[in-house]
This record gives sequence, C-alpha cells and structure tokens, in this order.
Amino acid sequence: MSDFVNETIESVHKALVQKEFSVTELTQRALDFTEKRDQDLNAFITLDKDGAIKQAEEIDNKGIDDDNILAGIPMGMKDNIVTKGLLTTSASKILSNFTPIYDATVVEKLKAQGVVILGKTNLDEFAMGGSTETSYYGVTKNAWDNTKVPGGSSGGSAASVASGEVLYSLGSDTGGSIRQPAAYNGIVGLKPTYGRVSRWGLIAFGSSLDQIGPLTRTVKDNALVLNAIAGVDNKDTTSANLEVPDYTKNIENGVANLRIAVPKEFLAEGIDPEVKNTINLAIEQFKSLGAIVEEVSIPHTKYGIAAYYILGSSEASSNLQRFDGVRYGFSDRTGKTLEEMYQNTRTEGFGEEVKRRIMLGTFALSAGFYDAYFKKAAQVRTILINDFNKIFENFDIIIGPTAPTPAFALGSENADPKTMYMNDVLTIPVNLAGLPGLSINAGFSSEHLPIGLQIIGKAFDEATVYKAAFAFERATQLFKQIPGGQK
Amino acid sequence: MAYANFITTIGLEVHVEMKTNSKLLSPSPVNFGDAANNNTNVIDWGYPGVLPQANKGALEYGMMAALALNMEITRDIRWDRKNYIYPDNPKSYQTTQQATPIGQNGKVEITLEDGTTKTIRIKEIHVEEDAGKNTHGGDGYSYVDLNRQGTPLIEIVSEPDITSPDEAYAYLEKLRQLIQFTGISDVKMQEGSLRADANISIRPAGSDQFGTKVELKNINSFSYLRTALAFEEDRQARELIAGNTIQQETRRYDEATKSTILMRVKEGADDYRYFPEPDLPVVHISEEWINEVKNKLPESVSDRLNRYINDFDLSPTDAGVLTQTLIMSDFYDKTVGFGADPKRSANYLIGDVNAFLNENGLELQDTKITPEHLSTLIKLIDDGTISTKQAKQVFTALTQGQEPKDYVEKNGLVQESRVEILQPIIAEIVDNNEQSVIDFKAGKDRAVGFLIGQIMKQTHGNANPNVVNQILIDELNER
Amino acid sequence: MSEVLSKDEAKHVASLAKLNFTEEQLDKMVSQLSNILDLVDTLNEVDTNGVEATYSVSNNVNVLREDMADNWQQKDQLINNAPESKDGLIKVPAILDGGDINE
Repeated sequence: MSDFVNETIESVHKALVQKEFSVTELTQRALDFTEKRDQDLNAFITLDKDGAIKQAEEIDNKGIDDDNILAGIPMGMKDNIVTKGLLTTSASKILSNFTPIYDATVVEKLKAQGVVILGKTNLDEFAMGGSTETSYYGVTKNAWDNTKVPGGSSGGSAASVASGEVLYSLGSDTGGSIRQPAAYNGIVGLKPTYGRVSRWGLIAFGSSLDQIGPLTRTVKDNALVLNAIAGVDNKDTTSANLEVPDYTKNIENGVANLRIAVPKEFLAEGIDPEVKNTINLAIEQFKSLGAIVEEVSIPHTKYGIAAYYILGSSEASSNLQRFDGVRYGFSDRTGKTLEEMYQNTRTEGFGEEVKRRIMLGTFALSAGFYDAYFKKAAQVRTILINDFNKIFENFDIIIGPTAPTPAFALGSENADPKTMYMNDVLTIPVNLAGLPGLSINAGFSSEHLPIGLQIIGKAFDEATVYKAAFAFERATQLFKQIPGGQK
Repeated sequence: MAYANFITTIGLEVHVEMKTNSKLLSPSPVNFGDAANNNTNVIDWGYPGVLPQANKGALEYGMMAALALNMEITRDIRWDRKNYIYPDNPKSYQTTQQATPIGQNGKVEITLEDGTTKTIRIKEIHVEEDAGKNTHGGDGYSYVDLNRQGTPLIEIVSEPDITSPDEAYAYLEKLRQLIQFTGISDVKMQEGSLRADANISIRPAGSDQFGTKVELKNINSFSYLRTALAFEEDRQARELIAGNTIQQETRRYDEATKSTILMRVKEGADDYRYFPEPDLPVVHISEEWINEVKNKLPESVSDRLNRYINDFDLSPTDAGVLTQTLIMSDFYDKTVGFGADPKRSANYLIGDVNAFLNENGLELQDTKITPEHLSTLIKLIDDGTISTKQAKQVFTALTQGQEPKDYVEKNGLVQESRVEILQPIIAEIVDNNEQSVIDFKAGKDRAVGFLIGQIMKQTHGNANPNVVNQILIDELNER
Repeated sequence: MSEVLSKDEAKHVASLAKLNFTEEQLDKMVSQLSNILDLVDTLNEVDTNGVEATYSVSNNVNVLREDMADNWQQKDQLINNAPESKDGLIKVPAILDGGDINE
C-alpha cells in the first residue's frame, strides 16, 4: 500500500491495531507518496514532514486503542484552519508568513484523538472561489484529470483524498466549498448544519455561512470524522448546544419509506444533460431501494446566488479588514505613512478575486446602499429558508445534483467571475438556510469525470443524510472506482 | 451667552469604562496600569480565526446604567459591527449596539448653580468595546498597546436638550453621580474611565433649523469642557454675525489659551458600514433578568438622599452634600454604622473633613481617615470624654492615621468633668460677677452664656460643658 | 448596459477598503462589479415587503460568558508575530491625524 485509494479509515485502523505496520511507517509512506504525487497535483501548500513524523512516533509510543478509530490516520487540513506552530496561509500572500499561536477547535479535537496532520491543503485564496485557481500557491489539479480543476474552494482537500494521499481531510464550506470539490473529485464531502462544528480557528469568510466538514472516500469514514469534530464549543457561541449522536449507529438502516424531495429547479435549465441523466438514475436507484421520491419546488433557488454574493461578500469585506499589516502576516513597510502601509499591504497582499469580493461587500454595506443590497439579500434569505421549511414538513431529505457540470478545464472560467459564481447555484441555498448537505459520487461523464449527487437534510439531521448516502453507496459501490491519474 | 439673539444646542456623548473583571468579548483581565499588551490574547488582537465571547457581566452593568438613568431596557438585542481601520482597532470593526441600544428614552434632572432644575432626555446607551491606545513616538512611528482594547464601555447619548455650557456641566456632573452610585465604574475623567465628547451648534432665535454642528473631542475635565463650549458659543456667534458660515469640523480644547483649536474638517458623512454581527448570538432580556439586575443594584442616589432626610433627620442640603460622591456617602454610612450619631457624623464630614480635603487638595479615599476612627472620635465627644476643642487636636491625629482613643490616652486629653475640681472655679467666677447673678434672677438667660464663657476661658476649654452647666445653674439658684 | 456602480463610487469603496487600483484596474473592477450587480438586481423580483431579514441561522439566544478573567499569557508570542514591535508595543508608521478616534 503506497496510497490510500483502496483503503478506508476502518481498514487502516484495523491494520494499525493489528500492528501490520506502525503509524510512523504509515506516515512515512504517505509523505513519500504525497511528495511525489503532489509534484503534479499540488494538493498541499505545506507538507509538515517533521511534525507528522513526530506526531506518528508519539502515537506509536502510546499505542492505539481498538475504539480510537482516528488514531494514527494521516489527514490533510485545509489551510484556512489554524494550526499552532504550523504555517497557515489561507492561500494568501497576506498570510504567507503567518504561524498561528493557537489551534482551531477541530484541530484540538483531532489531536486529542491522536491524528497525524500530514500537512495543509490548498484552497482558493480565503476560500473565495470554486476552482482553487485563486490560490497564491498555484492551482491544484483534479485527481481524475490533470487538465481539469479540482473544484473549490477546498480543492486541495478533495484532491488529496481522491488521489489517495490521505484518508480524509477537513474542508470548509461557505457556498459549496466542500461539496463541489468533493463532487468534482468523486468523493464524499459533508457540510454540516450551521453550528454543528465549532468555527473557532477557521479563518472567517462569511461568518453566517461558514462551516467546517469532512471529505472522505466513503460515507462511513465521513461519519466517523464528523463524530470526532462535532459538538458545542464555548469558544464559538454560535455553535449549537445539542447532543451529538454517533453518526455511524443507524447508518446501515436503509432508505425504505424515506421521503425524498427532488426540487424541479435543481434539474432545470443550465444543468448539464449528463449531470441530469446521472441524477435521474440516482433517483431511480433510491426508488428501487424503497424510498418515496417526489418532485417539489424551491421557487427561490435562483435568487440564492445573488443573495449569497451580497451577504457573503459583505461579511468577508468586514472579516478581511483585520489584515492590515499591523499585528501579523505580510506587511509592506516601504512607504512612510500609515495610510501607505495599509494600502500597500492590502493591495499587494490580496489577490484579484478577494479584492473583487471586498469591493462588492464594502459597496453593499456602504451608506445609501445597505437597504437595497445587504438588507434585501437578508430578506430573500428568509424567503429561501421558508421554501426549505415547507418541503421539510413532508420530506426527510432533498436530493439533486451538487454542481451543474462536472469539473471544468483549468483556466476556462477565469474571464468572467459571474460564470464561476453560477457553479454554486445548487450548493449556496443550503448555506443560506444553514442545513446539512452532502455530496457523493453518482457516476461519471463521458470524459470519465465524477458527477456528484447532493443530499440535503433537516437542520442537525446529518444522521439521515448519512443513512441515505450510505444506502446509495452500498448499492452503487462507486467508491471502488479510483482515479486513473494523469492523462 | 454673549449674544442673546442665538440659541445654543449641545449634544453630549459620554463614554464610561466599566469595571468588569474581564473584557467585553474575551476573558482577558480588565486592569489599568499593567505592562503594555500584558492583558491581551488572540481575540483582543483580532487574530485570524478567533471568535468573540460576549460578557454577561458587561451586559448586566449596561442594564444597571440604563436603570440608573431611568431608561427603558431593550428586550431583544443584537450586536452590530462598526467598520473602520485604525491601529488601535484590531478587528477593524468595533462591536457595538447600533440598532438595538440596551437602554432607550432616559431622563435625568439637573440642578443649575442658581437652583433651577431642568430635565435632560437621554436618547440611548450602548454597550460596546473600547479601543486600544496609540502613543506617538516622535521617531516617525506610533506604538500600540492593546490592554485597553475590548474593555466594556457604555456610550450615553443625550437628546439635544442642553442649551448652555452650564447645563452641559451640570448634566455631566449628574451622570457621573448617577453612574458612580451603581458601582459599575470609577467614572474618573483623569484616568479615562469617563470621557465626554460634545457637539455644539447655534442658530438665530426663531429659526427651527439646527445650525452646523462642531465637535469637541479629547477634553479631559468637565470644567475645560464648559470653557470650551462657552468659547465655541462665542466663536460661532461672531462667525455668523460676520456673515461667515460654520463648517463641520472637529476641534479640541487648548488649556493655555482657553480656546478651541481645529483638529480636522469633516468631509462628508462617516461611512462605518454598520451591519449585524454574525459571530454573536442575539440577547433576549426577560422581565426576570431585569428584576435580578435591579436586585443587584446598590442603593441609588435618591434612595440614599431620602434615607438621610427621613431616617437621620438631615437637612436636604446636608443630605445632598453627602451624596455627591459614592465614597463620601459610603464613608458616612459606615461612620454611622460604627455607632456615631448620624447628625454629628454629617456635620463632621461636611465641616472638618471637607475642609481638610479642600485645604490639602485630597480625595477622601487618599487620606488616612477611616469611618471607624471618625466614629470613635464622635463618640468620645458625645460621652464627654473630650471637649470639642480637644476634638480638633484629635482630628488632626486622625488624619495622620492614629486611633483616637489611643491618642487621647497617650496625650492625657481628657475633659474635666470632676465636680470637686469645677465647683470652686465656678463659685469663684460667680462671686466675681454679681451683676450676672442679678440678671439671672431677673430672667435674663444671656447671663448664663456669659458665665459659661468665663468658666471655659478659665479652664482653657477643657471643662465638660454639660457638667459646667449643671453646677452653674445649681450655684445661681442657691444665691 | 448602464453601469450600476459609478467609478466615483468605486473609488470611495476602494478608499474605505484601503485598496489601490490603477485607472485601468478600476475600470475593469467597475465593469465586473456592475455585471455582478446586474445579477444581484434580480433580487428586486422578489417581494420582500414585511419580510424579516435573516442575519444568522443560529438559534442560540443568550449564550454568554460569565464575567471571569483569564489571562491566556500570549503576550510574548503575539509580540513575536508582529511585523514590528518595540518594548512590548506594536510599532506602526506614525499616525498623523492627531489621534485617538475612539468612537
């Protein structure tokens, strides 16, 4: 085993417990493979060779309990999640020299489980983008086809799992940033309910939309990781004080009589025919497994994008004001005055897409425009939430495609930001409503690119989402298909 | 007001730093005077990835201030971000309560020096966070200390009811007094725990349009603010009379010239891009919570005033003097608590103690006088151990921190109450003043006063007046 | 297509955000933002009369911290991470506008 494409967390855990190999050996192999694979893939910004080996040795010394499922498992951490003592850049020049002095809550939780953080994965700068092309550290390639984007913003997290560099990774999802790259790379990615996972230590983009979640090869692996990172945190007072169930417990119970809604807007104009076909086949699959599937309407779907770009960019414009060259990170001190330092630092430190969103958000909040843009968008958000609430009165989950198309070619959508934004049309409404959403591979395009199925659940009902995804996975066995790698 | 044909309108924005244990949004300690940046953490520095944790105590202090200022408590509160980039503002936004201030529609009654009273309405108070401190190095750099960053503040915004610098002064004094008695702040302008910014405009009498506002900032005493406002009133009137317009600007006070100096001209309105803070949950304040906070509130100024008048039989004037500051009022209550007579305690504090403070330019808390010692002194007078004259000497010892009883014993300062000693002295004085005896028999009480004066003179003021009085009356009646 | 955002507004916004643009960059930004704002303007098709705005989807109310001080002792590490510092203070180019805004 040099990579993890044919493994799961459970299978590697078993091998570790049975001492087929040590954590150190496993970590060394993962590092060796990743170093080689990443020459083309570029999934990682920072590979923490020394740190990973050190963690591995510590775990080897302690030994691994049978029920400590994540212990010793190498993983990738999205580089907008802060790690104490380990460079954390958010893929931006402005943080290119930033070493955090504290751990994100999810990092703390995983460290307590004895995980091995192999390194920090690439993303669109400050998680703003859908292709990982806006990273200061270069583009990441799609694990299935190196001429295609890996999706974004958690492109590095998705590609690292799909290529077998790591068994799982964490990503963050503000408008689809876990689910869309998971779809493009044929793996499982979950954005939990807003408040399910602590945001403490996640470098904020859109604070009312952001959530951290797992990207894995299989549904069960995903549930295992969520088990470890979910829960209330007094450092994030928006985190929910609700009990966290064992998400693997009823995962195999099947979908008989599960009520599934398919919004007609999710399969309307603008959705690639191959995507439509694949999703229609998935719908048939669910029916054959005993689920009750009905068409519904989320009439305000198409307004999601507009509302999202206003709300997300507004929050981002405020969140990113702290990068001013005063207290940490990149600082341009070539000018004499304070104003020059501010302007030079921010102008040089931020990339184009980030500046665009800062400009958009600052404008939407500025005097005279707040009501027309920010407040209007926040009202439309309410209406969209009501759409979802209505459906969930009668249904358990909602399904549809994750993205309108499979992964697109590198560089193909950079000309017009609006085209890029449209890729998020199916994932954004879920963030606006704060609901859990999962993407799982549902099949392949004629170019043999993965096509994601999105499963949306009620708030804090990740368990049902996993149950449905597991049933689908068990029936299709698509996770056994692995990327052919380079073309 | 120099020019009677103009009407002045003054608005005051008062910031009060609250004495909570921890900051508004982080658990860092709130403490004045520590080494730079000692009381800071990643939250205070606005580190990437941090989130705020709102302080319940700061909200309750805000509620206390609102209650003390007769305000309605806003039941549903969300926090807002006020965006501006500045070195002492690490997140580049200040967390405040722009849309839902914790208190609204308050009022206070001010009393002017001529005794007239006026009600000033308070628009709202917000709970918000203080900024850090910038110091200017003179070496081409500025230096930032974030210890103060995040200290909970309340901002108190007045309605435009204040129409003269004297009213502004009285309003500030009143606010300081009311807030001080809640115990939420030291309200000391020289330490920065109370800061007042003013805006002032004038308009011709009869006009219903407010004039252009000029802001006055960074003024560090109430009397400077009063002088600055008076200067502005005059300056603006002269500008208008000369046919000039007032521009929207910020000015500061210059102590040396007793005038205001231009700091910066405002170009257009500020654009702070307020919006609801997504990182903090909303706050709902229930009736029960308000009652809980009411129960935690110390006795208010007016309750103390009434208690002094009704229970201790003090005059409203004396009760007013004793309730001017929390420290004086607490000192008084403790003195009485140690068993001293309330009226005599009041007289002592208002008289000797205040005189001592004024002479030496001290605040009560900076002296060595304690309520226990003062109470002992008053009791020594009341039980006749020492005379009022001797008391003066003991009081001086008290200000040096000496225990009164010890001092009296060590210095043999005991009042003469022995009849066998006083009787012969009194008899001799009566013998020598026959006319007074005649006057006494004729019913002229004056004679008694005269004789007592003579006796006290003879005994160098050490005779116990009660005992003297008794012996003298007996002596006179026997003649 | 009329430009929803004028160049002057874009300049004002850039100055608020402390970003510098060349004239050429600003023209491009104005055109891209206007394009996005055209999309945003579709929101006007939705009747939001009397609709409450949603600013957060968290259901938390009164999640507050008790007022207890806890010094995390991070000063040295914080100062160490600052681009420039002196004697425990953060060093920045001189603030020239005379002061403490302290709103």
